[in-house]
Amino acid sequence: MIPGRGGDPDDTRWCFAQVKGVVEVNVTEADIISTVEFNSTGELLATGDKGGRVVVFQREQESKNQPHRRGEYNVYSTFQSHEPEFDYLKSLEIEEKINKIRWLPQHNAAYFLLSTNDKTVKLWKISERDRRPEGYNLKDEEGRIRDPATITTLRVPVLRPMDLMVEATARRIFSNAHTYHINSISVNSDYETFMSTDDLRINLWNLEITNKSFNIVDIKPANMEELTEVITAAEFHPNQCNTFVYSSSKGSIRLCDMRAAALCDNHSKFFEEPEDPSNRSFFSEIISSISDVKFSHSGRYLMTRDYLTVKVWDLNMESKPLETYQVHDYLRSKLCSLYENDCIFDKFECVWNGSDSVIMTGSYNNFFRMFDRNTKRDVTLEASRENSKPRAILKPRKVCVGGKRRKDEISVDSLDFSKKILHTAWHPSENIIAVAATNNLYIFQDKVN
Amino acid sequence: MDVSAEAKRIMVQALGKLYSSRTQRGGLRLHRNLLLTLVMKSARDIYHSARTACENEAQSGSPLPDPQPQRTEEAMDTSDADGESCVSARTSEGKCKVTSANCKKSQEDKENSDPVRSDRHSRKRPSKAAAEPDFLPTKKARMETGEERHGARPGALRTTTGNCYRADETLTSLPMSRAPARPGIALIDKSGWESAVKSWDPCAMVP
Repeated sequence: MIPGRGGDPDDTRWCFAQVKGVVEVNVTEADIISTVEFNSTGELLATGDKGGRVVVFQREQESKNQPHRRGEYNVYSTFQSHEPEFDYLKSLEIEEKINKIRWLPQHNAAYFLLSTNDKTVKLWKISERDRRPEGYNLKDEEGRIRDPATITTLRVPVLRPMDLMVEATARRIFSNAHTYHINSISVNSDYETFMSTDDLRINLWNLEITNKSFNIVDIKPANMEELTEVITAAEFHPNQCNTFVYSSSKGSIRLCDMRAAALCDNHSKFFEEPEDPSNRSFFSEIISSISDVKFSHSGRYLMTRDYLTVKVWDLNMESKPLETYQVHDYLRSKLCSLYENDCIFDKFECVWNGSDSVIMTGSYNNFFRMFDRNTKRDVTLEASRENSKPRAILKPRKVCVGGKRRKDEISVDSLDFSKKILHTAWHPSENIIAVAATNNLYIFQDKVN
Repeated sequence: MDVSAEAKRIMVQALGKLYSSRTQRGGLRLHRNLLLTLVMKSARDIYHSARTACENEAQSGSPLPDPQPQRTEEAMDTSDADGESCVSARTSEGKCKVTSANCKKSQEDKENSDPVRSDRHSRKRPSKAAAEPDFLPTKKARMETGEERHGARPGALRTTTGNCYRADETLTSLPMSRAPARPGIALIDKSGWESAVKSWDPCAMVP
């Protein structure tokens, strides 16, 4: 899965496929992509942005005429999912930024997804309409009401083909269940329930019921002055519908079993790696906070992302991670500056590939990193307009950490920290990745020979 | 000591970030504010231990020190009186070299405090008072080594200039009767600010 260095024919080489979004000198804040997600077949790719909009891309059918062009993703539907709101009681504005999108599995012609902002989760139905009824009796073709006195005959309306229209409708709105800001949603493998997670609580919902939700985790202390950690992410197990995990700002992960108790405050497993005392600094607490947690597709492993590393955990071993990968360890000596410019609070996500053999996460300067768990090789690639020629092979990038900078290397001090890749997605079965770089969405594919 | 200076700078920045987060869209972010509080507290602890170490040094060292150069205070005097200008405070404060001279200086604050400065602060304070949030440090008396030198007084006599932090000044020059209506994160002396950190409640603003 990693581009070969010496011409190993088995290695994957990543190529540019598409980029969505405009090139702007000053990026409009509302256009900044805040979440990216493939659906379970990879046919659809959804993005959410800070302006509360959701854009869904659909992969076009591969044509026999052009076998070299793998299916392209084109806009399928765009809709405004969330609007800014105002909480009058607390005098707080509620941002419309889409924090997460999760697709539901498809069981009929329509597609369903959950999207959430800080306070409200919505279930959207995206459906196609390619026929419309014509021949009403009481209305004419433009929809104007006909004068009943002019109607002399009756006819039965018939369905006639029309241009394809894709419409999105909000089918459920799950609101008023979160005091704090929602950071995650996760659909259960039972396809009946889902959970929404904020800083201190996790709530379980039934997809059909919006006026009731069950609190399953509550870590709010009686006295808020004693607060020491918050929940940062949570996810259901991919095939055990009773199991979920949640990560904390202290760098620990708790696995809970909903069969054990209604309130899962007591964990079944507790994953934490003891801190290395030699790495202790002012910022140890900040950089150990976990920003994302993802189960592997198999359900056997867990992946967590903190500021400088990605870790893979075996569910059967709580004492330490199975594998630790350094994403950008050269930043360890720059933590003070990153704290000053707030970059130390950036929340990077991480993703598995379909076979759980490669993991990917983002970094700064529009770099993103892939780690092959089998070969232990890693690569740094860049999402940039310069590398955006069709089917152009991405060249591995390298950050120079000191000493003599070789040609094509970039020094740490030249990195652009305003260009950060926080959100990425990997197609569930193919080597197609979607990388969100501020307001642009890049799609890369492996090279087809 | 560099550690001590860095600790102070980090604390000041944390306070500034916490303060400015009030104006962010979407309300206060609990996670971020918690992390800032933790950083601030650990920096404070390190600063304390560094200061204790240097005070021990100072007491065993030569007695009469030079007065701390006025430059850092003047740098702060000229910064804008703006609620968000903790930034300016931290850049000017960053230049402050904290050594044992600092510790000695704090013992002589009464002599070096400037009554004119206090009047200026009191003039600016009322415009800010109404805007002060209630999550900022409350006025609790704290038994701090710094405060003991200055006598018993409320832990948070604050006025509203843009200065988040003053290295070596106290508020004993301010008239005691002028208790601020709401606590502000403006003119905080070393010990008052330590107590501010102690009584900091990151979650008081979140229901």
